[in-house]
Amino acid sequence: MIDNNKMENMIGATALMKSLEKEGVKEVFGLPGGANLPMYDELGKSNIRHILVRHEQSAAHMADGFGRVSRKPGVCFATSGPGATNLLTGIATAQADSAPMVAVTGQVPVAMIGKDAFQESDIIGMANPALKYSYQPRTPEEIPTMVKQGFYIAETGRPGPVLLDIPKDVQQNEGKFTFPDEVRVPGYHPWADPDITNTARAVELLLSAQKPIILAGGGVIISSAFAELQSIAELLMIPVVTTFKGKGAFPENHPLSLGPIGMHGHAEANKLMTEADCVLAIGTRFSDRSVGTFAEFEKNLKIIHMDVDPAEIGKNQTTSVAVVGDVRASLRIFGKMLMDKAVRTSDDNPWLKHVKEVKQYWRENLKIHPGEMGAAKILRKLRELLPNESIVTTEVGQHQMWASLFFDAIHPGTFFSSTGLGTMGWGFPAAIGAKTARPDVPVVDIAGDGSFNMTENSLATAVLEDLPVIVFLINNYSLGMVAQWQRTFYDRRMVGVDLKKCPDYVKLAESYGAQGLRAQSMDELDSAIKTALKSDVATVIDIPIDPEEDVLPFVAPGTGLKDMILPS
Amino acid sequence: MVWAILSIKVENKPGILFKVTHLFRSRNFNIDSISVGVTEDKKYSRMTITTIGGEKQITQIVKQLDKMIDTIEVHRLDVNNSVYRELVMFKIKVNKPEDSMEINKLASAYSAKIHDAKKESIIVEMTATPHQISAFEELAKKFGLKEMARTGITALEREEHEH
Repeated sequence: MIDNNKMENMIGATALMKSLEKEGVKEVFGLPGGANLPMYDELGKSNIRHILVRHEQSAAHMADGFGRVSRKPGVCFATSGPGATNLLTGIATAQADSAPMVAVTGQVPVAMIGKDAFQESDIIGMANPALKYSYQPRTPEEIPTMVKQGFYIAETGRPGPVLLDIPKDVQQNEGKFTFPDEVRVPGYHPWADPDITNTARAVELLLSAQKPIILAGGGVIISSAFAELQSIAELLMIPVVTTFKGKGAFPENHPLSLGPIGMHGHAEANKLMTEADCVLAIGTRFSDRSVGTFAEFEKNLKIIHMDVDPAEIGKNQTTSVAVVGDVRASLRIFGKMLMDKAVRTSDDNPWLKHVKEVKQYWRENLKIHPGEMGAAKILRKLRELLPNESIVTTEVGQHQMWASLFFDAIHPGTFFSSTGLGTMGWGFPAAIGAKTARPDVPVVDIAGDGSFNMTENSLATAVLEDLPVIVFLINNYSLGMVAQWQRTFYDRRMVGVDLKKCPDYVKLAESYGAQGLRAQSMDELDSAIKTALKSDVATVIDIPIDPEEDVLPFVAPGTGLKDMILPS
Repeated sequence: MVWAILSIKVENKPGILFKVTHLFRSRNFNIDSISVGVTEDKKYSRMTITTIGGEKQITQIVKQLDKMIDTIEVHRLDVNNSVYRELVMFKIKVNKPEDSMEINKLASAYSAKIHDAKKESIIVEMTATPHQISAFEELAKKFGLKEMARTGITALEREEHEH
């Protein structure tokens, strides 16, 4: 029963702010406009910090970065029409990588919807396939329940973006409000209980394997199953590979770690993945970038698949045993079953010996660029100087794959990238969002020049909002990954990839009031990283490299992991 | 390739048909027919979608539909243990006076109803399985089909045997 005495009179925009505060929101990334003025008016009166962006796409990426690091939905605000459509790339990026986000857009007044009003766009229709869920309240009273449900949906199960599209009159009109403490969403079942029988079968299958391997995906990071994964790997002495999104799910300096598999996976990881006879795949959707061709991957391989999303089971790969549920809960049951069996594996079995040999061989023999400022060398220098608890984001391109190959993620959940949608321009605003969530640790965006160009105006946000992130700009003056494909597959016909040394990143940084440093030798790089780490203002370290350097190993699209191209 | 009937109970709210059809489009699935109407509980609607695909793909469709927050229940009906019917209207040409009688006979053989019998055409309404509808369509073609409209299949599964 609704107690009329407990109902409060206010306008929709006030109810929105109150609802966000009740969800624990402390900061909102956004940009005001005509259709969200009422909510900005109330935002100004609330205790929520507003972080102003210079383009709405960056607001979405900041909310995404905040969400991945804090595992709470990041919130972004945009106005109707172009404000809302500018969020789209950010929403799709969050959806592809299962990041929790709540996007709030203004909309034209209810009576104007469908009349092609100024700055009207059907953002719900446009964003639908990139959203976990969406709401458009038609009366102010609906707002609190929609916010409560929206947060619940965004952060539970397989996380994702939720859109709240609020017509301007719904923000402005008064209503009588109650704020629910709990919500029910009848058609939403975020977590199944892991099936005990299937888990037991999974244990049997893994124990009976001669050449077992663990494949850890992004789901391990999302559900914080780090300790559970590590204890199982150590108990059974099974080597661990990750997907690229799973980088940071398992310490990459661990003796059992082989690093990421995939198109630009580690040679030892790809090689041993193809030799294994049974894989325990945890929280992964078997992306084509990770596994190559599906049929080739599953040949001679028994797959145990643990995932929170039942629709991922059997989507890309045929599984022998599936365990649906939160992967942390599944791994706990799995681990307990192993304990009950008192399983012990010695480390002198032939498979593990072979794994160690292969790993050692590739760690010693993978050819890297001979120049002083080769990608491997500069990234290893960054790792050496950067505290392990620092958070690293990346942009998309060659630098991203070099980061995957040569920058070890050691502390759990400290490495984030746009791995699914592959959104250039994600890393810098995401780093700002990450810094908002974790101001206590250094945050570095490992960037390429092409990607950084796309959202570099976020320097204004980093400087003015006092969020001193570091942009580690691996600068080859080109759209390097496209250039590499043109060199490899198009007989060096280079089209549209030369960025012609424009702009000057040191001057660009300085014009925003940030610090710009250039490192052309290892000594300069050493000192630039140290200076940046001590700086209380955002820093761009411009690191010119050889524009001809390729990312290798490389598994060409449409081929299997065993066909990887190695450095010659 | 198999033919499958999916029965989907959804919240009776605006925009859900759009989301369901969008899911089919974005996942590269195919809708063979679709019918939608409210259920015994006005809070919910039932969509009956028929689709053709490989077993693996149909399993994926069911899972993806199930994952949708607006869907309450998704069932793939057992085709052999379900009652499924479609309503169809044919506007059949009457070329000569005898046609009228023959169309009437044909309709009665298929338990179809005659509506709007005019000099030039007759509208025939029938509720039947897609198979029966195709058979009737073939026979009606000899008179000439002016227009045809189908609703798409709706279906319910039979109860288990009573003991």
